[in-house]
Amino acid sequence: MLALSNVEVIYDKVILVLRGLSLEVREGEVVALLGANGAGKSTTLKAISGLLPSEDGEITSGSIRFGETRIEHRDAADIVRLGISQVLEGRRIFAHLTPDENLRAGAYTSRNGSLKDDLALVYDYFPRLKERRKQTAGYLSGGEQQMLSIGRALMAHPKLLMLDEPSLGLAPKLVTEIFEIVGRLNTELGTTILVVEQNARLALEVAHRGYVMEGGRIVLDGPAEELERNPDVQEFYLGLTETGERRSYRDVKHYKRRKRWL
Amino acid sequence: MDIFVQLTVAGLSDGAILALAALGFVIVYKASGVINFAQGHFLLIGAYVLFAAIVDWGLHWVLGVLVAVLVAVTLGLVVERLVLRPLVGQPVISVIMVTIGLTYILLGIVLLAWGSTPLALPAFIPSDTVGILGAEVGENRLWAIGLVVVALIGFGLFFQRSRQGIAMRAVADDQQAALAMGISVRRVFALAWILAGVSAVGAGMLLANLTSVSLDLASFGLLVFPVVILGGLDSVLGVVVGGALIGLLRQYSAFYLDRELSEIRIGGIAENGITGTAELVPYVALVLILLVKPYGLFGQHRIERV
Ligand SMILES: Nc1ncnc2c1ncn2[C@@H]1O[C@H](COP(=O)(O)OP(=O)(O)OP(=O)(O)O)[C@@H](O)[C@H]1O
Ligand SMILES: [Mg+2]
Repeated sequence: MLALSNVEVIYDKVILVLRGLSLEVREGEVVALLGANGAGKSTTLKAISGLLPSEDGEITSGSIRFGETRIEHRDAADIVRLGISQVLEGRRIFAHLTPDENLRAGAYTSRNGSLKDDLALVYDYFPRLKERRKQTAGYLSGGEQQMLSIGRALMAHPKLLMLDEPSLGLAPKLVTEIFEIVGRLNTELGTTILVVEQNARLALEVAHRGYVMEGGRIVLDGPAEELERNPDVQEFYLGLTETGERRSYRDVKHYKRRKRWL
Repeated sequence: MDIFVQLTVAGLSDGAILALAALGFVIVYKASGVINFAQGHFLLIGAYVLFAAIVDWGLHWVLGVLVAVLVAVTLGLVVERLVLRPLVGQPVISVIMVTIGLTYILLGIVLLAWGSTPLALPAFIPSDTVGILGAEVGENRLWAIGLVVVALIGFGLFFQRSRQGIAMRAVADDQQAALAMGISVRRVFALAWILAGVSAVGAGMLLANLTSVSLDLASFGLLVFPVVILGGLDSVLGVVVGGALIGLLRQYSAFYLDRELSEIRIGGIAENGITGTAELVPYVALVLILLVKPYGLFGQHRIERV
């Protein structure tokens, strides 16, 4: 469904961030994209969704195919219309709009008059949003904002939904809840999902396959169970030492662990 | 009492017109962060184009208004396209300088085309007087207030209900997130400038009906800035309250304050009475209010929640 082949991305004309990245997402799959901070995960998603130009980034070589269509030089609005929606890192809801209005903004590209049904569907998956649909979205809790941000992307009827660190800054219980819903979106709506995560354990639990990125390239890939068993992944992403003990997360103040892959 | 009612109606109608013009300023500012110093001068264009259409070309006033609105749309589009789009990403100060330059261009165009003598627009809004609370007030002033109220409600509905209006507010909140929804930020900017042009030109036409068509309209137009700063640069409600406040202050001070001050007479100054406090008072009020509320009366509280 989606295939990146040898993609190179440069920011500000000089900073080379993706160095020949290739990956593939098949229809109906959940694929996890793992990697340390700065590996280029968000850049990969933005390359796909056409958001690089707004950040002075540019795809300088390689190709991105979505189905039969080459999309590496399409603009963001076209790509949304083709069926790819990205949930940006850090939620990025429209803070001064209500959840209802956020969702309507998400439906910007869908003109088939199904707004009511689409709203109902999103509120069905995220009942907490429904209770707060008329409040100012900026005052929703972090978890509710993340849900809103996913719901907003769903409003465009994506065939491929890309999530950038949906667990960012959320309590573990909420993270579990959100991943459970992501799994349901995949099985119930048939939405293909590409998820970037720091929380590798959860991501690999819902994902069928995974890729590990380092320094702008894929360094490892395989079925989720296989990656979970991989000793390097265990060490660096699952917080397990060689003896199999769990490392204490209490030492880690911030969700962003400064760990390097290899 | 009669006088007070008259002044109030005059102040509110001035304020309504200012609010309408200021709304266009706020729309551009919210959507793109650009401070458009030319907003006041867009008023001039509205008034003069209307004059040209009705007097020079002999069109019916309905057609005249249509022509002026068309010119407004074009003006907004051209300014956005030719002047501001190439400046995307440049320092704010460059953009500000450009809009200041634009004020002189607009002024120059008007001077070249129509000269500096005030012109009288044949009134098309009924201008008889009607009695309110025992005072005689111009019907045209009431019309102005009514029309602005209708226009503001229209704008309000557009921003609350319409797909494009919501998209504009989304862009104001988070451009990149809006892009990710497939919203065309460029189109939103263009639309914002169109609305700015239309609101200012509309205000200019109303104003031309109350006074005359002259370059003074530009200095009235400049009052848009105290209005928006008072109201908070990004608030629509603020624009309404700011407009009313400035409009009333001007009218009251033009009458009461000038009269009081004229009676004081310091050392022979103002033998003929003092005039012109009306031009000063709005700015004094502006400074005073900003001292107390630096974000204006209704400035948006940035929602910061992580
Ligand atoms: N707009 C930009 N301009 C210049 N450099 C950028 C820009 N965005 C990202 N980078 C650089 O590109 C590299 C990859 O960034 P990216 O955001 O893709 O990483 P990431 O894997 O998503 O990291 P994180 O886990 O912290 O979100 C980083 O070194 C970053 O500094
Ligand atoms: Mg990232």
